[in-house]
Amino acid sequence: MKSRKNKPSNVALKVEHISKSFRLPTEQASGIKQAFINRMRGIKGYTEQHVLKDISFEVEKGDFFGIVGRNGSGKSTLLKLISQIYTPDSGKITVNGSLVPFIELGVGFNPELTGRENVYLNGAMLGFSKEEIDEMYDEIVEFAELHDFMDQKLKNYSSGMQVRLAFSVAIKAQGDILVLDEVLAVGDEAFQRKCFAYFAELKRNNKTVILVTHSMDSIQQFCTRAMLIEGGSIKHIGKTSDIALRYQELFMNQEEKQVFKDQQASNDAISCRVEFSELKDKLNFNVYIKAKSDIEDTVITFGINQDSGEQVYRWISDDMLKKKISFKKDDEYKLNVSLQNIFPVGVFSVGVRLKNGDRTRNYAIFDNIRQFEISKRNNHGWDLLWKPVEKIGIERQ
Amino acid sequence: MKSIKDLKYSQNLLKELVKTDFKLRYQGSILGILWSVLKPLALFLVMYTVFVKFLKFTDGTPTFPIVLLLGIALWTFFAEATNVGMRSIVDRGDILRKINFPKIIIVLSTTTGALIGLAINLIVVVVFAIFTGVKFTWWILLAPLGIIQLYALAIGLAFILSTLYVRYRDIGHIWEVILQALFYATPIIYPITMVSSNYPVIAKLIMLSPATQPIQDIRHNLISPSTVPTTWEMIDTWYIAIIPVVITVVLLVIGVAYFNKHSKNFAEDL
Repeated sequence: MKSRKNKPSNVALKVEHISKSFRLPTEQASGIKQAFINRMRGIKGYTEQHVLKDISFEVEKGDFFGIVGRNGSGKSTLLKLISQIYTPDSGKITVNGSLVPFIELGVGFNPELTGRENVYLNGAMLGFSKEEIDEMYDEIVEFAELHDFMDQKLKNYSSGMQVRLAFSVAIKAQGDILVLDEVLAVGDEAFQRKCFAYFAELKRNNKTVILVTHSMDSIQQFCTRAMLIEGGSIKHIGKTSDIALRYQELFMNQEEKQVFKDQQASNDAISCRVEFSELKDKLNFNVYIKAKSDIEDTVITFGINQDSGEQVYRWISDDMLKKKISFKKDDEYKLNVSLQNIFPVGVFSVGVRLKNGDRTRNYAIFDNIRQFEISKRNNHGWDLLWKPVEKIGIERQ
Repeated sequence: MKSIKDLKYSQNLLKELVKTDFKLRYQGSILGILWSVLKPLALFLVMYTVFVKFLKFTDGTPTFPIVLLLGIALWTFFAEATNVGMRSIVDRGDILRKINFPKIIIVLSTTTGALIGLAINLIVVVVFAIFTGVKFTWWILLAPLGIIQLYALAIGLAFILSTLYVRYRDIGHIWEVILQALFYATPIIYPITMVSSNYPVIAKLIMLSPATQPIQDIRHNLISPSTVPTTWEMIDTWYIAIIPVVITVVLLVIGVAYFNKHSKNFAEDL
């Protein structure tokens, strides 16, 4: 039942001039009252954030196509557009054949259901009938190595077990094009080896695969072609070795620049800049946040992400301060974060987000507002569970 | 060919989602599925005591308690279907943001869950009816029509409400109030004859409500053709009597169109 008609072209996926922007409401707008007030005042009540700008590329059948870019560059949005979860503002996406998206493993997984029930539900999401799953059920369980747990509720699984189960169902999915988002970022080493084996098999079978990853190793090992996205535009498409090089250059350039210049970001509602300095065994961040209009009841999140995208540190204002922060127009707050330097060698990025109290609205998402590099080994052992000793203060300027 | 495949996918997914919802609903409760019967029964007991026994809201016929019980079962279904339908898109946001599939399935699956609850309750009503000596007639064959119509009304509303609810959470509160008002504007705890004897015009208006007409039809056909007046009996002009049916169809058509227009943006609006 392949819907492959007599198309002469060898193109599996064609993306033409795709643009996408999101509306970030500036004031609480999930209410009828606010929507009405905004209309009366003649204000939009949101700011536009352009996530993707005029993206065009083609993926041919049999390509193992990699997409790389820093956090917040628009990769995931692009993937969701390809998977038809979002609709583009303009442009056209043509998919030749059936497409199976893995934006996340285990879509529909419910902690209150047993492993068995979740396999059937997740399978139905991926397009399998009950009979088809009946047939491959034993194989799935065997591959996941979860014989004794299938009748237990998923909430009693460890996270590793959940991922194994989800992955075992996912690899059964048969589509003409597979879309994979950072599946590699989860699981232990044994699991990652399984992932790699699966990729290798896909490659052997000449499957069309689109892979988003931060790992230059997997790009170079598996991909036939790759694309680098930066700030919502395509920086380069081509050989994987080129892409890997350019990706690394991206961070180096940033490193050199930031010695002299503080990085900043702004949208219609907020402007923000981050100063960074390294003193002996302390990392010091000064975050200046300025509001362009009155905003009440905000929550500030300050996060540090590893190169791989994994968050290693997070501070949330309302958890820590037990109060909400309000901005008057042109108010500037300075958030000082001083952390014990227990970070391993590597490149890290700082993200600042502003949301309203109940997390329903984003005022600003400045992921990756600046990068910093830890180049010297320190004496502390690195452990993700280990929380650096911190000293944090916030004050109105 | 592709559409057949899509249809199969949707059917299969719908089945799995209904099953899941059903399993989850009574997860961890000792009485489990019994609750879907016990709740309307308890409600019935309260209303029967307060309204029928104390306030004498009854038409005096021996079948009135069963008519009341059936009315409560139908109303519970209508209220539940619209309420869970309204919240379904937001509640299933986790899936919507990760995979593309016909969103309509989500609303269908939750309202189908309510329909299963109604089926269980109808069995209880019929059992009670047999024990209290209700004489069934051939009218019973028409009962499914009313149920289909009530479901169509509920789902039409659920499409509109769920779409609005994605943008405006106020709808949750507004609908709660409207449902309460509709409940009293529908002859469930009182017989319509109590209204028509004093306020014939208001009684006719009540009978033209798209909720009243199918509920009265079902009670009339299933339990008591002689004591439950229907819209068709109370309103002589046919083109006025079909108003509730027309409203239902219009709401369903508008609901589907409105839902489909906005469903492609659900993933980003959520």
